[in-house]
Amino acid sequence: MAKVFAHLRLIAGALALAFVVATAMPVAAQQPNSVNPNAAAVKEQQLLQQLNKIEGRGTIPDVKSYVLEHPAGREWREFHGVTLKWIGGIFILGMLALLTIYYLWRGTLPIEEGRSGRVILRFNVFERFVHWLTAVSFVILGITGLNITFGRSLILPWMGAEAFSTWAEWAKFSHNYVSFAFTIGVVLMFLIWVANNIPTRADLEWFKGGGGMFGGKEPPAYKFNGGEKLIFWISMIGGGLVIVTGFVLLFPFYGTSVSGMELAQIIHSVVAVLYVSAMFTHIYMGTIGVEGAFEAMVDGTVDANWAKERHSLWHAEETQGSVGQAQAMRQPAE
Amino acid sequence: MARMKFLCDADRCIECNACVTACKNEHEVPWGINRRRVVTLNDGKPGERSISMACMHCTDAPCAAVCPVNCFYTTADAVVLHSKDLCIGCGYCFYACPFGAPQYPKVGNFGSRGKMDKCTFCAGGPEADNSKEEYEKYGANRLAEGKLPLCAEMCSTKSLLAGDSDVIAQIYKERVAKRGYGSGAWGWQTAYRENIAT
Repeated sequence: MAKVFAHLRLIAGALALAFVVATAMPVAAQQPNSVNPNAAAVKEQQLLQQLNKIEGRGTIPDVKSYVLEHPAGREWREFHGVTLKWIGGIFILGMLALLTIYYLWRGTLPIEEGRSGRVILRFNVFERFVHWLTAVSFVILGITGLNITFGRSLILPWMGAEAFSTWAEWAKFSHNYVSFAFTIGVVLMFLIWVANNIPTRADLEWFKGGGGMFGGKEPPAYKFNGGEKLIFWISMIGGGLVIVTGFVLLFPFYGTSVSGMELAQIIHSVVAVLYVSAMFTHIYMGTIGVEGAFEAMVDGTVDANWAKERHSLWHAEETQGSVGQAQAMRQPAE
Repeated sequence: MARMKFLCDADRCIECNACVTACKNEHEVPWGINRRRVVTLNDGKPGERSISMACMHCTDAPCAAVCPVNCFYTTADAVVLHSKDLCIGCGYCFYACPFGAPQYPKVGNFGSRGKMDKCTFCAGGPEADNSKEEYEKYGANRLAEGKLPLCAEMCSTKSLLAGDSDVIAQIYKERVAKRGYGSGAWGWQTAYRENIAT
């Protein structure tokens, strides 16, 4: 009897085990289906937070199109639309205002002793050529460049969309092509004038004396005074920066990405507006600011008295050294 | 009016590039210009997803904001279009665009760009609807014919949706609810500052 029970127990146990296994199997078979197939999927927000841009692989030859998203353009937009306009507006208008106030206050700084009638050669024909090559291309680049930033809000409304677009397209082409002339100008300028523009103790004295701009005599200076040296180095450093970043922008995707070009544009435009505002002082001093200065860049000569008052050390060099070497005489009757 | 948008359901895209081909053919887009492209992320790895991307026709479009000649305009359907007559090819819209949508034919010396070209949501340009001039500059104007963009229309898996924002968002939500997952409307947060809650 006990044997029969034992058999039954065994059968019942086997059945129970079979039931458990049979019911458990489908559960195990369904296991993969309950996994979220999206769990390992790339997530947009996560990628943007990690990389600030989303890049993958594509099948078209245009490799730069493999960047799916780069929202950084938004910061560049903010810079271009707001920050740059403020920087440009403040520096350019501020500088014009300062110069206007200065002119109303001091007027044209005269040659105290009057013209002597004797002239000294200040810039030879090559120096003048290099100056005007750089100057003319700088003015063209400045106007066409400012047009890209300020044209839409300042000129477009009264010029009309069609006419403004035609002008802006020509401006863009000139900006692209004239850049080469400007580059040559800056390089030559560096070569011919760098030796005269090394800062010296005399420049320190010149700056201490305010350069004679705020009353008193102009402190002694060599061929270039402290202010002119400052303008020279602004042109070299500022010019160098706009040239390098300009060429990066002129050749899109040659070793740069979109973010590289955005950065290049930011440097290019900020340096450019600062450069333009600095050049206003140079243009002012070279024209209406100082009597007898402009002719140095026209026929290359300056009046001997101007040289004595403005660049006494240079005047001494020129007159005491080998006379006639860099000296030109003009008839006093002129 | 409708607020037109694209939505690419990345969980459905099989990277067949039919949208790219359809677009190029429909608008006779020149060689080297791709108004639409498919980008595959995590290629060959678990969680790989492909997304078809073109101009997203952003709300407060960055391209329009930075354009120096103001050549962009937004239609009543919220499609961002531009005038190739006004465009000067400066490339600023490309710097500002989060989606790499603007394309430029390479013309002339060094890197000079020609007139910008981009996805029009099959809505042409400022010229008269379906005129010869419009077709030559911007391609077909399917919207004026009452049709939706061809890329989405012929998507084999219906991954790429184009149409009114509310309608396509609803379709996507239903899909996500039914299948239980969805990797979101790619680009919507960047383009429209909003996403589809799923």
